[in-house]
Amino acid sequence: MKNEIRRIGEEALRELKELDGTEALQELKVKVLGKKGSLTALLRKMGSLGPEERPIIGQVVNEMRSRLEQAWEERSAELDLMFLQKRLATERIDITLPGARVRRGHHHPVTQIVEEIEDIFLGMGFQIAEGPEIETDYYNFEALNLPKDHPAREMQDSFYITEEILLRTQTSPVQIRTMEKLCPALPVKIIAPGKVYRNDDDATHSPMFHQVEGLVVDSGIRLSDLKGILLNFSRQMFGESREIRLRPSFFPFTEPSAEVDISCMLCGGAGCRLCKGSGWIEVLGSGMVHPKVIEMGGYNPKEVTGFAFGMGVERIAMLKYGIEDMRLLFDNDLRFLQQF
Amino acid sequence: MKVSLEWLRELVDVDQSAEELAETLTRGGIEVEEVVNLNKGFEKVVIGEIVSITKHPDADRLLVCAVNVGQEIITIVTAAQNLQVGDRVPAALVGSTLPNGLAIRKSKLRGIVSYGMFCSHEELLLEVTVGLERSTEGILILPTEAPIGENVGTYLGREDSILDLELYPNRPDCLAMANVAREVASLTGKKPHLPKWSEQDPVLILPTPTDLQIIIEEAELCWRYAGLVVEEVHIVPSPEWMQRRLKAAGIRPINNIVDITNYCMMEMGQPLHAFDRDKISGNVHVRAAYPDEIIVSLDGVERKLQADTLIIADDLQPLAVAGVMGGLNSEVTKNTTRLLIESAHFSSVSVRRTSRRLGLRSEASNRYEKGINAYGCVATLGRVCELILELGAGRPVALVDEVKNLPPHRQVSLSVQQTATILGVELKTAEIRQVLENLNFSYLEKDGLFNVGIPTYRADITIEVDLIEEVARLIGFDRIPTTLPQGDLTQGRRTAEQEFRRQLRKALAQSGMDEVITYSFTRASADAQWGSEKHSIPLLNPLREELGVMRTSLVPGLLDVAARNVARRNTDVSIFEIGNTYWGEEQPLRKLPREELRVAGLAVGKTGRHWLNQPVNYDFYYLKGILEGLAVEFGLPLDYRIPKNQSLRHPGRSADVYLQNQCIGFLGEMHPSLEKEWGLERVVLFELEFTALFAQMRQTVRARSIPRFPAIQRDLAVVVADETPADAVMSKMRKLGGELLQQVEIFDVYKGNPIPDDRKSLAFSLRYQSLERTLTDEEVNQLNTRVLEGIQQEFSAEWRK
Ligand SMILES: [Zn+2]
Repeated sequence: MKNEIRRIGEEALRELKELDGTEALQELKVKVLGKKGSLTALLRKMGSLGPEERPIIGQVVNEMRSRLEQAWEERSAELDLMFLQKRLATERIDITLPGARVRRGHHHPVTQIVEEIEDIFLGMGFQIAEGPEIETDYYNFEALNLPKDHPAREMQDSFYITEEILLRTQTSPVQIRTMEKLCPALPVKIIAPGKVYRNDDDATHSPMFHQVEGLVVDSGIRLSDLKGILLNFSRQMFGESREIRLRPSFFPFTEPSAEVDISCMLCGGAGCRLCKGSGWIEVLGSGMVHPKVIEMGGYNPKEVTGFAFGMGVERIAMLKYGIEDMRLLFDNDLRFLQQF
Repeated sequence: MKVSLEWLRELVDVDQSAEELAETLTRGGIEVEEVVNLNKGFEKVVIGEIVSITKHPDADRLLVCAVNVGQEIITIVTAAQNLQVGDRVPAALVGSTLPNGLAIRKSKLRGIVSYGMFCSHEELLLEVTVGLERSTEGILILPTEAPIGENVGTYLGREDSILDLELYPNRPDCLAMANVAREVASLTGKKPHLPKWSEQDPVLILPTPTDLQIIIEEAELCWRYAGLVVEEVHIVPSPEWMQRRLKAAGIRPINNIVDITNYCMMEMGQPLHAFDRDKISGNVHVRAAYPDEIIVSLDGVERKLQADTLIIADDLQPLAVAGVMGGLNSEVTKNTTRLLIESAHFSSVSVRRTSRRLGLRSEASNRYEKGINAYGCVATLGRVCELILELGAGRPVALVDEVKNLPPHRQVSLSVQQTATILGVELKTAEIRQVLENLNFSYLEKDGLFNVGIPTYRADITIEVDLIEEVARLIGFDRIPTTLPQGDLTQGRRTAEQEFRRQLRKALAQSGMDEVITYSFTRASADAQWGSEKHSIPLLNPLREELGVMRTSLVPGLLDVAARNVARRNTDVSIFEIGNTYWGEEQPLRKLPREELRVAGLAVGKTGRHWLNQPVNYDFYYLKGILEGLAVEFGLPLDYRIPKNQSLRHPGRSADVYLQNQCIGFLGEMHPSLEKEWGLERVVLFELEFTALFAQMRQTVRARSIPRFPAIQRDLAVVVADETPADAVMSKMRKLGGELLQQVEIFDVYKGNPIPDDRKSLAFSLRYQSLERTLTDEEVNQLNTRVLEGIQQEFSAEWRK
């Protein structure tokens, strides 16, 4: 019987070495050690053995069983490793091929700039105000201290719908509308982004473009506050090392009025092609709100003062992205838009 | 305004270069647009005398000249044939770049080195009148007295720089050299030295004419009219210095009289006009034109005048259109011996309107339009007298000065305290006093309060802040510190609507659509097609006819963009726009129109080719999928209904989009009959009302708990008539399944063998689940059978096992 056990055992061990699949391995295990397995069958026969033989045979069987189980485990681990290696050898991909693409659309550069400007001013506690694009002569001009026949009206070539209704030439009418709405509450602290229209079309002008207007009205607002807010804005928008300078200018609705230049973001002020050698770039117009405009808004210019500013979004986009022709922004060529 | 630096230097001390002065003026609020150096290109061009001319030994057509250029004698090889020994000519030395851009280098011509080049008129961009007559045949030949070695630019009086001022409408005073000089003086702390006639209220004493009266009939439009009578007029060209200054200012010299009037206008800012006194019959009237009255202008054109045009006339006929142009009948000619020189105020509005209408603009009309100083009329005539006598052009004999109205002299107060408050910088009284001194304004000061007399030429200063601006300008804006507003902290945030607009834009971009921005105006025909012709608002003065109306739909703009891209071989287009449409309720508009924000999308082509996936066509389902994505993101229960109006859209591939039973837009393929017109094939579009979306947008999310009991899934395939909408089948299923049927999804649509042509197979996956217990198989089977039977009955559906 001992021999029989050994024979079964040795045969199983031999067979084990040749098996190359986990399933076959399992089958063999069942065939030898399972309920109906050959070794199990032998064990059943142990009842016919004498009491002194039983422990000896039992030991032989157990030894053989543990040898077999160990061999199985080893072979199984061997096979796992083999399979793993085989899998790794075959599962090689070209990681340089492009990935499955999720198509993303692009935001128009003008929207991106508007949002950036909005976020900066929201951070400084401004609200966003809006107004109609088709405006009355009153809001677009008269309430802004530009009576009919004022020569400054010629600075802007307007699109008219009737004699009294036109496409707004600036976002400034939102100043008046906001003051009218909020008065007598203080402070007024808004920016007003939006589309504006002027009868003009060349590389630096588009008949439709975007402006962002700003207005702060409160008691004790100073020109130096305007300078502080705009310096803060310029640094966030164009870089921490930017400086600003104010130059006297003229707008009918502000007095004093100032153009605001920022130090050139390309050369840092040394002078280059972008800033035409001056080191400065004109980015916005600003000033202290004219007393007449404060009054038109419903406030008393003896009690409150304010500042206002306005900037052209396309111009900023052109500066920021190095765009040479404003018309590209409204041509909407996908090759252009998909850069942003 | 073109300002000659040479001229300016006569009126004020300038110790800055042209470029520095330009910077000073610009930083002071008078923007200098450009500085033009008149001598540019002449830097290394000198007067040379030809010492000898010999034939080139190896070239028949070349001459070798020895040229005395002052310091030395150089060799210049030339092909010019109009030269003689002893001629004085412009010699461009090695290293010069001529006004026409030509660079001069040392060059070897057939073995002989040439150290420069002789110049012609063309190379120096000079008028042909310069130089001797022989010059026309080649090289410019200068008069024999031209000094050898001198710079040609200097010799021709070109050593000047022109500052081109870009004036803001509030500073028309700087259209006068005298006032520019004052401005320079204020900004640099110098004193101007102006002709006495530029001072406040000079007096010109001449007898009043006995035979001439000025009659102002329109006192509103003409506040003052002064006339100077000049006799013994002798018309000749004006002197060289005057011509040079006029040319520098951009004015063409004509003769001594015209040049004197123009010169005085440039200097004093007051336009002048000279009439032939002998052609004036009777008195001078300033009146409105009679209806259809005719005047022949100096250019010989007969012009019919409108009744409100302000004119100058004698007793018989019009002589001039006030401030705009003179008439041919009273023109000064070389035979003129007596003059009437007009120096008047005319209303800026009137002159602007008339010059617009006649299409005539001049230095004079420009000054009237911007507004002139009526106080300066007679003073300017004083300066005219001075120059007429100086030039010997005639003898001023009489002056008539008719005054109807002069603006009051203004006093404006300025408080030191208020100045500090507005500017945010502490200023001492002495500093403000210094500013007023520099401006040369008169003032009285008491306890920090100034009472300032405003000169008549500064009509822009009317209230205190105007003076505060003067202070800021003169102390320099750099003096103003940077501070932040003092009030309470305010919070900045977008309104819900602003935020939704932004999120919607983001969601569309993340869905793979590119954002575009198109013009708010479009072609009337295109807008009528997609929008509402009845509501579209025409512009009175469009930029171009095809941008003639305000859009009532975003679609034409998107179609234009798509067509343009496809034409440029950007064949796959998936774009959207969020923008206003404009709805006029009546024509013409009496009140502001409704501005309706919309969101529209367009797709044509397909997703790009990719090695992993087949390209997906941009079709109805592509855009519908994007809208469904939005619906999920924003909690919008959009539903799609078969549309009634289908002339613009493919009748079989289009839907009206509904939200809470309200139609808010459409989604669909463009009607094939429009494809040719737009140059696009198989283009799908949607356009939705933004406000409706915003109104229904989910504001807050209420979380539901996740079911604890397992779900049981059943698949069900049925064959129904082809025209049966899948959505109808699904709604019926939901109804039949009740609340235990948690979800129905369609996972397959099949047409073709073995299913008959007029039918289709739809396969659904149904998920049954209870929130309270575990469902049994039996229960679900029963329910599923009920669903199936219901469908079979309702849609004559067959069960596909
Ligand atoms: Zn630069």
